[in-house]
Amino acid sequence: MRAHLRLTVLVAGLVLLALVPPLAAALNQPFYLDLLRRVMIFAIAAVSLNLILGYGGMISFGHAAYLGIGAYAVAILAYHGIYNGFVQFAVAVGASAGIALVIGAVSVRTSGIYFIMITLAFTQMLYFLGISLEEYGGDDGMRLARRSELADLIDLGNPVSFYYLVLGVLIAFLYLSHRLVNSRFGMVLRAAKSNEARTRAIGIAPYRYRLVAFVIAGAMCGVAGALEVNHTNYLTPNVMHWTRSGEIMFMVILGGIGTLGGPALGAFVLLLLEDLLSGWTQHWQIILGPLLVLAVLFAKRGLAGLLPGDRRDG
Amino acid sequence: MAEALLAVRNLVKQFGALRACDGVTLEVLPGETHAIIGPNGAGKTTLIGQLSGDLRPDSGRIRFAGQDVTRLRAPARSHLGLARSFQITSVYRDFTALDNVALAVQAHAGHSYRFWRPALGERALREPARCILEEVGLGERAEVLAANLAHGEQRQLEIAMVLATKPRLMLLDEPVAGMGAEESQRMVQFLSSLKGRQTIVLVEHDMDAVFSLADRISVLVYGRVIATGTPEEIRINPEVRAAYLGEED
Repeated sequence: MRAHLRLTVLVAGLVLLALVPPLAAALNQPFYLDLLRRVMIFAIAAVSLNLILGYGGMISFGHAAYLGIGAYAVAILAYHGIYNGFVQFAVAVGASAGIALVIGAVSVRTSGIYFIMITLAFTQMLYFLGISLEEYGGDDGMRLARRSELADLIDLGNPVSFYYLVLGVLIAFLYLSHRLVNSRFGMVLRAAKSNEARTRAIGIAPYRYRLVAFVIAGAMCGVAGALEVNHTNYLTPNVMHWTRSGEIMFMVILGGIGTLGGPALGAFVLLLLEDLLSGWTQHWQIILGPLLVLAVLFAKRGLAGLLPGDRRDG
Repeated sequence: MAEALLAVRNLVKQFGALRACDGVTLEVLPGETHAIIGPNGAGKTTLIGQLSGDLRPDSGRIRFAGQDVTRLRAPARSHLGLARSFQITSVYRDFTALDNVALAVQAHAGHSYRFWRPALGERALREPARCILEEVGLGERAEVLAANLAHGEQRQLEIAMVLATKPRLMLLDEPVAGMGAEESQRMVQFLSSLKGRQTIVLVEHDMDAVFSLADRISVLVYGRVIATGTPEEIRINPEVRAAYLGEED
């Protein structure tokens, strides 16, 4: 039973999240809906980064790039009058995957500090590209012309529907990454992280598997970006700022690298703490910083690592 | 005489000023256990690295099973049937013993672009892996994390992974290194049980192991093969005694 505690906590957490909209309505606190929606969008980004960082050992310091590409895809299409959400999300995913393929093809050949620096450099390039796009608001950004229209299925203008869409995507992506990391593909990815020389010796060249994982993670994060721009209703290049990449990375590390639900938990803890402390004092970062240092020092496998878990759930 | 399974010609590998491999020529016949011995720093591990494809030689040729493999990298050579163990135990420490071997089976069961079905439940991978673990004597320890296995067991596990790739030639880099007397005895026994079925290149410091396992021995000194012959021939070779065995007395 102990072995499944982590999974139980994850499921319980997701059930709680499903209960938030009626609770928020009953307590007349719509603000929480908004806050948790944002948290879940970042949880999606963290889950996607965990696929390559946690299971693949690829320390990408540029994951916000795909958040940006997803956001820009939706906002630019909307700017040109294409409001169809299915088209927008498809373009967001396709563009994120395509750019991840290009960035990955170069960076996945490297490892360690070089990989960190190359992924950071590519993301900075995209960030400055965003700033230079005067047509789409440049430095200041621009309002999203209209939220994505998903036929009559889900109305993103309705906070509750939008909330459940984000929750649905989060659950779907958690399940997807669970399947991925336990498949033959996932085993190769984890093996290459654990011991590259051994992996090559048994006949597997890790490069392409890592690249495929890098592309999948980028595409997943593109969805988070498309949701994020709908959430804020505003496009800004800041979505690709390097501190954003660092934040997503921190969520993964805080929550538990290479655990299924850990990164989502990390997103919750980090963003809720931020919200709590910033409501309390203007200098909230002075408190948050040391807290995070302590968390990393005393919970080496992250918060999820504090719970006993089945190694195989990953 | 049968054609060599592995033929090495004039292999040279230089690290800065050091010529770790200085024109090595060597033939391994099908079915034999061919030991490579030599004092520390003779270039044994460098040689194994070049045979497995982890190191690229500066010059020279390596033919394996009638094919020039000099420019092939380790994963490609593995698929031709060359499998190595490492001097310093190299297993997936965070996988169970069974998962370690199952992954080696998987590596030789087509591509791994399978994204959905859990590999941990695939009988096509687990069953053969379990058989091989039984064979090397780790059947009872299948579900133990590799990191929690004793040192000797980890070495056995590595041999199991080598076997799981269905090799035509096993390159074993000091398989009994760091083992206690009893463990090393068991390993030697196991390796001798492979004799005839497997072709083995064995780099080893333990002379008891070498002389009880090898059909032929090549002696490597300063990156050169100074003699090749049966254990008896090597034992009485004056040059070898002077360069190597003499040090042991």
